[in-house]
Amino acid sequence: MVNFIALLSGIVFGLGIILSGMVNPAIVLAFLDITGNWDSALLWVMGGAVAVGSIAFALAMKRTNSYLGLSMQIPAVTKIDGRLLLGSLVFGVGWGIAGICPGPAVVLAGTGSIDALVFLVAMLLGMGIYQNLQGRG
Amino acid sequence: MYVNLDSVPWHAAGGGLMIGAAVALLLLFNGRIAGISGIVGGLYRMQKGDIGWRVIFILGLILSVAIWKFFFVLPEIAIETNYTMLALAGFLVGYGTRLGSGCTSGHGVCGISRRSPRSIAATTVFMLAGFMTVYLIRHVSTF
Repeated sequence: MVNFIALLSGIVFGLGIILSGMVNPAIVLAFLDITGNWDSALLWVMGGAVAVGSIAFALAMKRTNSYLGLSMQIPAVTKIDGRLLLGSLVFGVGWGIAGICPGPAVVLAGTGSIDALVFLVAMLLGMGIYQNLQGRG
Repeated sequence: MYVNLDSVPWHAAGGGLMIGAAVALLLLFNGRIAGISGIVGGLYRMQKGDIGWRVIFILGLILSVAIWKFFFVLPEIAIETNYTMLALAGFLVGYGTRLGSGCTSGHGVCGISRRSPRSIAATTVFMLAGFMTVYLIRHVSTF
């Protein structure tokens, strides 16, 4: 059942990325281009997602276990530190270069696009190097 | 002030609701945060019993393309970034999201949904960095 939910969630998430237009990096870049021909689409995507997400988290935060009896793994860290800010800065620069973030990167790879695969492999490498440095540190 | 309904991008809002539904499913049934960088990045820890659902979720994301294509035509996808810049961007996105513990979904959707000050800070920073980067590339850089 846990795996079925994971599959369903992945599929619905991916369909949402496609329907919203966020699978197209050009639309994401148009949102980030505030001094150019600005496209508000991404804001509507986040608004829709947060509207449903807020209800889900309000329900989840009242529980210690999920409907399937698993523990609710909601992050407990609250500190806004240098790692969070530097990491977000680095991510934002990469996002601004190509208009692709991790979700759309995986969905795009599913279209068989070579461009997307180049991005995805580099992303996995970046994550791997982070993990490696973490492991030693 | 009023909102002109003709100007609302319904596809975008509808897609957002679906993303929210996916977040709700994974959270309420599996107790997990649907942050893509976290789900993918967690694979590197290779913790027993914590790999299967991650791989299956990622397969779902990939499978969504085939499911969409079964019913509709894929929307236009335009990638104009060259391979070198794509690789650089991918690397920064991979490293940055792990260092910063989240991306557009983990901080931007899930974090803001639970009003986490940490995620609001992260989202503000990566949005501003994105705005700045696009500004520099499109309106300042000469190459």
